[in-house]
Amino acid sequence: MTDLSRRKLILGGLAATAGVSGLGVAARIAEKHGLIPPDHGGIYGPGETLTYAAQRLLTRHSLAREFAPGQISKRPFANEIAPPSESFRQLQADGFVDWRVTIDGMIDRPTAFSLAQIKSYPRSSQITEVVCEEGWSYIAEWIGVRLSYVLGLVGVHPQARYVVYFSIDPNWWDSLDMAEAMHPQTFLSYGMNGNDIPVGTGGPLRMRVPRQLGYKSVKFITHLTVTDDLKKFGKGLGSVEPEAGYAWYAGI
Amino acid sequence: MTTLGSAPMPLGAGAASSASAVRSPTLTSRHSALVRVTHWIITLCFFALLVSGVEILVSHPRFYWGETGNDLTIAWLKIPIPSSRDLVPTGYSNVLPDQNGWSRSLHFQAAWVVVLTGLLYAIFGFFTGHFRQNLAPGKGDLSWRNLSHEIAGHLRFKRLGDSEAWSYNALQRLAYLLVIFILFPLVIWTGLAMSPAFDSAFPATVTLLGGRQSARSIHFLVSLTLVVFLVMHIVMIYVAGFWSRTRAMITGRADRAMERT
Repeated sequence: MTDLSRRKLILGGLAATAGVSGLGVAARIAEKHGLIPPDHGGIYGPGETLTYAAQRLLTRHSLAREFAPGQISKRPFANEIAPPSESFRQLQADGFVDWRVTIDGMIDRPTAFSLAQIKSYPRSSQITEVVCEEGWSYIAEWIGVRLSYVLGLVGVHPQARYVVYFSIDPNWWDSLDMAEAMHPQTFLSYGMNGNDIPVGTGGPLRMRVPRQLGYKSVKFITHLTVTDDLKKFGKGLGSVEPEAGYAWYAGI
Repeated sequence: MTTLGSAPMPLGAGAASSASAVRSPTLTSRHSALVRVTHWIITLCFFALLVSGVEILVSHPRFYWGETGNDLTIAWLKIPIPSSRDLVPTGYSNVLPDQNGWSRSLHFQAAWVVVLTGLLYAIFGFFTGHFRQNLAPGKGDLSWRNLSHEIAGHLRFKRLGDSEAWSYNALQRLAYLLVIFILFPLVIWTGLAMSPAFDSAFPATVTLLGGRQSARSIHFLVSLTLVVFLVMHIVMIYVAGFWSRTRAMITGRADRAMERT
């Protein structure tokens, strides 16, 4: 073995060690600052993690684009029919007076809210674009209460890291990190274009997360849980989407 | 052996005009190590992006201009294929399986690799003179006389002379510059413009393009142009001697004896 190749080998070994320990340090710092998504495993984990970390750093406080009333789509495209369950139809027949959204987990005051209560809280509105991962989009006005307001009412514990939310459809749930949950444009939304939200677009109550793709704006919300650990839910990937191969973080 | 960044350039590559490049009589390095490595990484990513991009397209094979567009609005382009979503009015009764989950993940992961590799290549290209020497057209290259001569030669599928095995002619230089400095930046820009989170931080990314659906349409058109480039690129390599050119991009070496293989 010549001097040159020995030196190369040593240098290469040092570089590899530095690289691996550097990655380890980077991963620890990223974890500490909440830059690792729950679906960071698997072959596409590096891409999901890079996207989530980069966009979290760039967009922590940025606001989704809002549009003028004249830009509201004349015919918003509804891609979902009402959940066909008997319980939903019963609630719908009664004008959703018995609709409840319960909230529990790492909070001081577990509560069940009626729609009337939700509607009595400070009303916010936004004219934003619904963006589907398939490629289509429409603009609508969304009316609701900021999720951050509701979280304030129930007293979120400081260790909380995620808000998990569930549809009346038992196979449909998702979660947001606290940055997105506390964001001023993240709504529990009950109104659309001046009226109640039609059932086809998620009425009577849907999540509205305008900085992420449409699938994060889960329809027919009945339950929220505040947690510090997503491993306890489903397959531990943060929502049903990663179980079907989709990204948990949908800012892209 | 070549090392990163200090690869010997082909003789005469720095001359004023590529057409006047002096030939190397023996084995020499045609492409530097960094150009070769980044070339193949980007090749791999390009195929990943293409396959996954087509799968994503299949979930909504319609294109619009402006900010919004969906099944209820007018499309400027409807690709006549079945969709992987049953609500899209394609005219076909069959619905293809949903492949968007892995396709989107692969698309963005490959995009990350392309962007990072492309940045490395661009920095290398500026600081080593790769762009100036190998890709910037020489003085006589852009004359109408030279360009018409080269176009005529290409249309007759004329084999390139030995001198041209060692540097790029004006048409190649223009094509590569278009891909590196216009098409790739544009496809990355329009891709980012489709991210609602990125747009929230940098709204001009999408407003300058005329809206989200315009960004999506341009993303598709630029991708299509890149596919046309890829086909032309492979045809030209075939005409010039497939194995010798491919070997040059793998090993960095080319010799004149291989030119006809």
